[in-house]
Amino acid sequence: MRYITYLVIGIFFGVIMYKSEAASWFRIYEMFQFGSFHMYGIIGSALVIGVIGVQVIKRNNIKPLDGSEMSLKPKNKSVARYLLGGILFGLGWALAGACPGPMYVLAGSGYISILIVIFGAIAGTFLYGILRDKLPH
Amino acid sequence: MNWIYEPWPWYVAGPLIALTMFVLLVVGKQFGMSSNLRTACAAIGAGKASDFFKFDWKAERWNLMVVLGAVIGGFIAANYLSDNTVEINPEIAQQLSEDYNIKSAGEAYLPSEIFATEALSDPFTLAILLTGGLLVGFGARYAGGCTSGHAISGLSNLQLPSLIAVIGFFIGGLVMVHFLYPLIF
Repeated sequence: MRYITYLVIGIFFGVIMYKSEAASWFRIYEMFQFGSFHMYGIIGSALVIGVIGVQVIKRNNIKPLDGSEMSLKPKNKSVARYLLGGILFGLGWALAGACPGPMYVLAGSGYISILIVIFGAIAGTFLYGILRDKLPH
Repeated sequence: MNWIYEPWPWYVAGPLIALTMFVLLVVGKQFGMSSNLRTACAAIGAGKASDFFKFDWKAERWNLMVVLGAVIGGFIAANYLSDNTVEINPEIAQQLSEDYNIKSAGEAYLPSEIFATEALSDPFTLAILLTGGLLVGFGARYAGGCTSGHAISGLSNLQLPSLIAVIGFFIGGLVMVHFLYPLIF
């Protein structure tokens, strides 16, 4: 039953990504060219609601349905890993025109080529696992 | 019913993305679309190569279900809810056409010059797709999250590390589009 919940959340998310065109290479390119407010509006409006909602959760100490703790733990402090990792991610985001969520959405929409990007992303994750101890964090 | 086929505006999509994050929080999980890549590595036996993949991946199977859902959502949206074209700023479309010979803006959802199945026979296109994927996968794990995990979840929780990561995303993206695209394409 729980798995059905996650599946439904994924379907909902997938439809939003595709219909908002956040999964389109063109929209990502346009965003990095500052050609439209569209992508900034999506991220910005999600954030305004997100920040308010998270504050409401924290101030009222709202718990998840199963009574556990909300997954809102502070992230470890560092600069190197977030900046360097972020830059590498950004280079890939703009080159492939897709970030991880939209990759799966595009696979479902029938783009065979995106499977190469997904394969690359799994390989990149594996490579990070191998090299992790040698990288500044 | 036209609104279904029209692209959804940002003020509809943004709040719905926030809703996705809250629903995941309510069921005790975190919104992030790249950690499933680590789960996938662990599930196919990468734990033999690195301790990074030695964890109870079966406890993380839920994020593979979200992925499966996203695939199904993409199928439904592309086949039943969309005419599969994306209109962008005409100036950007013209610039794409003139500078990079990418002429499918307004006619396709992704540029057919790069994403058409026939383009896969071109080693150059294959290298672009593979390199893009590698950077996304490597960078997301190095930074500890991607657009959803840092730009939405992390920033919603006012995390400074997420702000640093998002600044990194934009440095990388801007460098790629403004300095590397002219060299690559």
